[in-house]
Amino acid sequence: MQKRAIITVVGKDTVGIIAGICTYLAQNGINILDISQTIVQGYFNMMMIVDVTDLSRPFGDVAQELHDLGEKTIGVQIKCQREEIFDSMHRV
Amino acid sequence: MIGIREVQETNAMIERENLDVRTITMGISLLDCIDSDLESLCGKIHDKIYRCAKDLVRTGEEISREYGIPIVNKRISVTPIALIGGAACKTTEDFVKIAKTLDRTAKEVGVNFLGGYSALVSKGMTPADEMLIRSIPQALSETDIVCSSVNLGSTKTGIDMDAVRLMGTIIKETAERTKERDSFGCAKLVVFCNAPDDNPFMAGAFHGVTEGDVILNIGVSGPGVVKKALESVRGADFETLCETVKKTAFKVTRVGQLVAQEASRRLQVPFGIVDLSLAPTPAIGDSVADILCEMGLEYAGAPGTTAALALLNDQVKKGGLMASSYVGGLSGAFIPVSEDQGMIDAARIGALTLEKLEAMTCVCSVGLDMIAIPGDTADTTIAGIIADEMALGMVNQKTTACRLIPVIGKGVGETAEFGGLLGYAPIMPVNPFSCADFVNRKGRIPAPVHSFKN
Repeated sequence: MQKRAIITVVGKDTVGIIAGICTYLAQNGINILDISQTIVQGYFNMMMIVDVTDLSRPFGDVAQELHDLGEKTIGVQIKCQREEIFDSMHRV
Repeated sequence: MIGIREVQETNAMIERENLDVRTITMGISLLDCIDSDLESLCGKIHDKIYRCAKDLVRTGEEISREYGIPIVNKRISVTPIALIGGAACKTTEDFVKIAKTLDRTAKEVGVNFLGGYSALVSKGMTPADEMLIRSIPQALSETDIVCSSVNLGSTKTGIDMDAVRLMGTIIKETAERTKERDSFGCAKLVVFCNAPDDNPFMAGAFHGVTEGDVILNIGVSGPGVVKKALESVRGADFETLCETVKKTAFKVTRVGQLVAQEASRRLQVPFGIVDLSLAPTPAIGDSVADILCEMGLEYAGAPGTTAALALLNDQVKKGGLMASSYVGGLSGAFIPVSEDQGMIDAARIGALTLEKLEAMTCVCSVGLDMIAIPGDTADTTIAGIIADEMALGMVNQKTTACRLIPVIGKGVGETAEFGGLLGYAPIMPVNPFSCADFVNRKGRIPAPVHSFKN
């Protein structure tokens, strides 16, 4: 069964947010399934659904690296969570 | 597929409204450790707990990281020690030795509390039960993270008044032995009527003898989430109010259920129950009292509080029951005074009294919880307060409890500081009239009639 994760990005809009994240995902062999994005009052809001079925490394490490990438390099908040938490809360 | 708004809603609950999984508690049976030699008993207890729980904390942290949901506490509950130590312990010091083994092992595996230094004496005490109870003050003052509980009564057996009277003295003695820390020892000691076997919350967690060998029980939380949801229905009718609480409780419980299943799979330990209790912390925005205020009360304790709490408690259960097939433990709203900023404020301003709290415990779980009272309160008065609370549980067929802290050296108007999740509490006045002649009677209060209900 396919295992998916949700990446959310929140922060002030700037050049290269998507590029930075997509580069990281490509380097780690993570396929993007869906992207939706809005900008509200200059704030960038993005959600990605990605495929993590064949991840070769611990999921927690990837989540931590994405968090660090957001905080130290891009200057936005990035969260990467397994999809089940949203499914269990919003789907009966 | 999940939409951006749903994702944002979940993450707002976690980041801004203090949604968390309050505890993963591993219940471990120690029945197979029983030995008549104390040294070998302590060795077996250490080995079994270590073997079962060595990966508990790490697994909890992994799940927390992967799902982005805080899991605040990882804990252990064990079979009541009065049953385990009965064959080996000849003195109270022997029981204290077991307590120290539990403390050392719990620290080794990295959990933040271990519960089960307990005795179940709802009808009478065996010599081992009584010895364990008499060892509680020393055990709690010489260990750090061991919690103790005593079940003093039940709907089916009545109330063991000899044990109630003894606990009045034991609570005072525990307070005296830990007086340099505002009688902190009493925060780790709770007495029950109708204690559940699968409670994941401290200080009352123990692993009942009806349970399997090892099991995982989960306690969810989320008073802040309920409060926030109710902000959007200010002034609406009761039906809308109930629907909102129910839907929110459902979502909160589903997260608990997910974490429970995942932890159970990774640790290869059967999943026991999810406890639906709304458990507050002293953090701002994590208060059950604030929910009552959001419903329309000026302060918790105002007239209408019992009705509001009854509604809240019932809707939390109705929403939560749909979210998990195995609901158990205490499952209701907790109203500890020191651990809830809204309750602290209400007690400080005089809106909340001990008597009103007693009434509130009739309609919610669990009881008179984390209440600081003057250090010079008589043993018999403490026993009287306990007896009242046990009677409520016995007659209403529900769990009730008392965690009273007579703060030695302090009086009404002063504040007791416990620190961390245990918070701080203004010392509340106690009814000054005596019940000594009543609680000094020997024997037990018989079980109530189970028909003719009115």
